[in-house]
Amino acid sequence: MSAPVAPLLELVDLARHFPVRNTFGRRVGWLRAVDGVSLAVRPGETLGLVGESGCGKSTLGKTVMGIYTPTGGDILFGGREIGRLPRRERRGVARDLQYVYQDPGASLDPRWKVVHSLHEPLRIHTALSRAERDREVRAILSAVGLPDAHLDLYPHELSGGQQRRVGLARILTLRPRLVILDEPTSGLDVSVQASVLKLFRSLQETFALTYVFISHDLLVVRAMCASIAVMYLGKIVEEGPAAAVFERPRHPYTQSLLAAVPRIGGRRVIQDFTLEGEPPNPREIPSGCRFRTRCPVAQSRCAEEEPGPRPLDGRTVACHFA
Amino acid sequence: MPELLAVRGLRVEYVTDRGPAQVLDAINLDIAPGEVVGLVGESGCGKTTLARAILGILPAGAARIRGGEVRFRGADLLSQDPAAVNERVRGRAITFIPQDPFTSFSPLFPVGTQIMDLMKWKSPRAADGDRPASLLGRYPRERRRADRAAALETLRAVQIPEPERALRRLPHEFSGGQRQRLMIAMALLPEPDLIIADEPTTALDVTIQAQILRLLRGLVKERGVSVLFTTHDLGTAHEICDRVVVMYAGQEMEAAPTDAFFGRPAHPYTRRLLASVPAPDGGIRDIPGEVPSLVAPPPGCRFHPRCDYATAECRALRPEPRTLGGDHGVRCHHPVDAPVGAGA
Repeated sequence: MSAPVAPLLELVDLARHFPVRNTFGRRVGWLRAVDGVSLAVRPGETLGLVGESGCGKSTLGKTVMGIYTPTGGDILFGGREIGRLPRRERRGVARDLQYVYQDPGASLDPRWKVVHSLHEPLRIHTALSRAERDREVRAILSAVGLPDAHLDLYPHELSGGQQRRVGLARILTLRPRLVILDEPTSGLDVSVQASVLKLFRSLQETFALTYVFISHDLLVVRAMCASIAVMYLGKIVEEGPAAAVFERPRHPYTQSLLAAVPRIGGRRVIQDFTLEGEPPNPREIPSGCRFRTRCPVAQSRCAEEEPGPRPLDGRTVACHFA
Repeated sequence: MPELLAVRGLRVEYVTDRGPAQVLDAINLDIAPGEVVGLVGESGCGKTTLARAILGILPAGAARIRGGEVRFRGADLLSQDPAAVNERVRGRAITFIPQDPFTSFSPLFPVGTQIMDLMKWKSPRAADGDRPASLLGRYPRERRRADRAAALETLRAVQIPEPERALRRLPHEFSGGQRQRLMIAMALLPEPDLIIADEPTTALDVTIQAQILRLLRGLVKERGVSVLFTTHDLGTAHEICDRVVVMYAGQEMEAAPTDAFFGRPAHPYTRRLLASVPAPDGGIRDIPGEVPSLVAPPPGCRFHPRCDYATAECRALRPEPRTLGGDHGVRCHHPVDAPVGAGA
């Protein structure tokens, strides 16, 4: 944890709240999707961000990307605060940060040939000549494992897997430093998922990328990530090296989440899984510790006092009783 | 093994622009009474088509059944009068749990109305010929009362809080997990012999998935109902199934009791598929090559272009089923005899 390398991305108490409005457009409350998150990602590292749907994982990713403006806190990218930059300056940072949606192939324009789609980011963000752009595009295309011949095809002429590769190539043409992968393997079959994960790994090596890997699939996160942050209702409840967290989770929520993952060959989860209920409505966040309504070890103190993150066992845990 | 459902040599084609796609190629499948059978395979391998063929709800214009039979309690459903099948089997003796609990309810009607609409036709208390002929037909008052009581009891069984109030609520007032619980309740209400569950937990979070799987397995075991559970998630299949059948490109490859399937898989495809689950040590192994087109599928065993063991025999001839002791059957010319992890 005491690596001397400065983090590439650092979040300090980052918050993003959405107003909740009634029928007349009057604000009746706040939905605190991201509520005070502090994280650091070192260059070349993959940080896994896990949690159930609605816990704020994607909002966090989109706030870092600049799709949402932060309500509070700082986003430090390479040591520079980027969350409150004026629009013009923010655009300069945009090329260093890229966001990969669930299916990057689906974001290709169906009426553009692949070559057109791949040239576009370079035309907008760089002053390269046509020939230089062309060289760049071909290099990236071969890095994602596609032949040059595909440049003159339309997206519908490619298979789903090839479209996905083109989508990734498009993201990489600007040589970003940080890539946020938002549920990149959900809905994929295990064998396709394995190819996609291998591709992510080889691209990370080739282009020296830093990944923030948002996923609800804990097996995938364990295979891909060096460190992991577990999110519940807008807050990080446990964060640390992936191996340690998976081996010995300390926060009761992390423990329940890991216990719910089916393990082939092991004991059946359905025989001894105990977490009851569903996450509460994020508009009505419980007082004190947010997890207390479902927590097996909750006590009266948990309702009164919100546990802050504290170092424990080589990681940080936000729980009174961990 | 006593049979409840037996699919034999079922062939189904879909009409496409490029010619007929052979989506099911002489499939065999057995389900015993009270058994939970997992049907696993990658997207496009024909899981859903097989489930729909058993239910008799293949899209009428696009799909054609080219041969084979679907025997349910000894009688072939495909050769019977469709009206009779609709009356006695579909939605009564065989029910369905859909994949997506979000779009399977009408957003306009309270849940109770939708459950009672189902019971009007498919209630186990309705004698033959007692069913209303149309939506406006009579719903006998006594049966209605009994059906409502059964509905409340089943909602309690699937752990819906305040069932009486729940019946008056609209679908959007329920979370995804609760809607899937309602779907399970609706599948159980007609007191079926077989439930076909089409990836019922794919849309849910793992914690909710664990709750739903435990609930489903508990209820069907208690009531002695058989389940055909299709999924592409091998972990889920391990959790809930007594026996697992794996499909690839419209052919069934291997069928085995859960422990043998995950512990001693014999088909090279099964071994590859199990190996592609991300390992804790970070190892990732994919299956080289792509799933073949079903319009012009490879002859013989459809897995041969991606198989390490393929020979001329595999390219020419689809292997016949062979038994490897007990319930473990495999369709491969060169089955592997080693515990998982070794070889392949």
